[in-house]
Amino acid sequence: MALRPVRPRSDLPLAVDPSSRFLGWITALMVFLAALALAGAMVVSDMARRWDNGLAGGLTVQVAPMPGAPVPPLDERVEAALTVLRASPGIRSATVLSGGEIARLLEPWLGPGAADPLLPMPRLIDVTTEGPVDVAALTLRLTSAAPGATLDDHAVWLADLRSFAGAVRLAALGVVLLVGAAAVTTVVFAVRTGLAIHRPVVELLHLMGATDRYVSRQFERHVVGLSLRGGAVGLLLAGGTLFGLHRASQGLRASLLPSLSLEPWQWAALLLVPGAVALLALVTTRWTVLRTLESMP
Amino acid sequence: MIRFENVGLRYGSEAEVLRDVSFTLPPASFHFLTGASGAGKSSLLKLMYLAHRPSRGLITLFGRDMALVTRAELPELRRRIGVVFQDFALLDHLSALDNVALPLRMAGTPEADIVAHCTEILRWVGLGNHLHAKPSTLSGGQQQRVAIARSVINRPRLLLADEPTGNVDDGIGMRLLYLFEELHKLGTTVVIATHNEALIRRFDHPRLHLDNGRLLVMPARGARAQDGRVRDGEWE
Repeated sequence: MALRPVRPRSDLPLAVDPSSRFLGWITALMVFLAALALAGAMVVSDMARRWDNGLAGGLTVQVAPMPGAPVPPLDERVEAALTVLRASPGIRSATVLSGGEIARLLEPWLGPGAADPLLPMPRLIDVTTEGPVDVAALTLRLTSAAPGATLDDHAVWLADLRSFAGAVRLAALGVVLLVGAAAVTTVVFAVRTGLAIHRPVVELLHLMGATDRYVSRQFERHVVGLSLRGGAVGLLLAGGTLFGLHRASQGLRASLLPSLSLEPWQWAALLLVPGAVALLALVTTRWTVLRTLESMP
Repeated sequence: MIRFENVGLRYGSEAEVLRDVSFTLPPASFHFLTGASGAGKSSLLKLMYLAHRPSRGLITLFGRDMALVTRAELPELRRRIGVVFQDFALLDHLSALDNVALPLRMAGTPEADIVAHCTEILRWVGLGNHLHAKPSTLSGGQQQRVAIARSVINRPRLLLADEPTGNVDDGIGMRLLYLFEELHKLGTTVVIATHNEALIRRFDHPRLHLDNGRLLVMPARGARAQDGRVRDGEWE
């Protein structure tokens, strides 16, 4: 099966060329890959931004149970930590997470039994900040007031997250660049083949007074028509794939995965992919035809 | 209109197909081009419709020295030339109408005018019922008439025809010659390569005769009768 252009009248019988048979499908494949890569990059960027916003304005203090150690009971140490936190500059609020909240956080890992673990559980204090906090000094004061308390400012976690998002964006860019290079190569090959096959017709058109631009327009119409049709197919396939992934991610009970949904503007950006590929094909075709014809009499 | 001075043409390293060809065709003139097969008629026409550049000598066309014309200027000059190719050179995937329309489309004529003009001229050459037929479904004579319609559709200033009546019966051949006569009277310079002695006798025009790559210009019989150089049987 071939993606045939809705045949506009063309002076060159390009629609029956062997190259026409694959150009549309290759474009479909390339648009599919580029759209998925872009969508992946956008989802990961969104996810990173959400986590970034959620974590950057907060700290977590963990007070560990220390059975057998010569320290005050856990509740007293949690109270001492809260006192230190509330007295520190840059801290807006500090709340102890209830047993139920901790159980919910642990449920993905421990299952329904997380509500009543047999292990001694640490207490978590969720801290929201306003303005800069001297993490080192605060840590010092916390550990002296409440032995067993640790302060996590998410810095390591955030740095990892940012570099991961950056790597995904880079990979997506690489895929898009590769797809673009493949598109250019394919079009150059198809157009050169077409020119070689139809050289007698091209020469005849020249003798009748056709300019090189006239000849190149014949190729441009053909290639852009095929690219747009192939691109539409590729975009539909990519949209279907993304929708399927979105549905599958909603089926997961635990919210381990980020939401795989895209904003309306992001869908619009994906709609531009076939257009961009068609534009690339247009420019490549014109350049190839004009350059090849220059060597003809 | 056309001026050849000591023009020679060779393909590759072979012997010259045309040697020392010199002639001048005034505007709105009508010439037959004759000569045995292989005498160089097609090569001479190719030089005239700018498919080849000469190996030597000077060609002046529409007042331009062809040696100085750049590649970018060629399309504009070629559009002033109508050519009936010996093998018709129709595009098989296009209808008769679209074949005839090619020169107009290249010239950027509005689409509505194109259809009207092409329909009219195809009716005139007797193909009104075959407007949308593909060339492969037409007879040799019908294809030739499509080729002729295409060569004249854009009112060329120079019309070159390579054996344009070779595949049609004498009635249609005459009719086509009258079409060329009409264009000639409207100011087109016409050169027709032909073997058809009946046509040459019937239309009294000067002759460019090629013999083994060399060109001989023969005036029309009327003109020669006046200066007394006609010999009986010369045209037979």
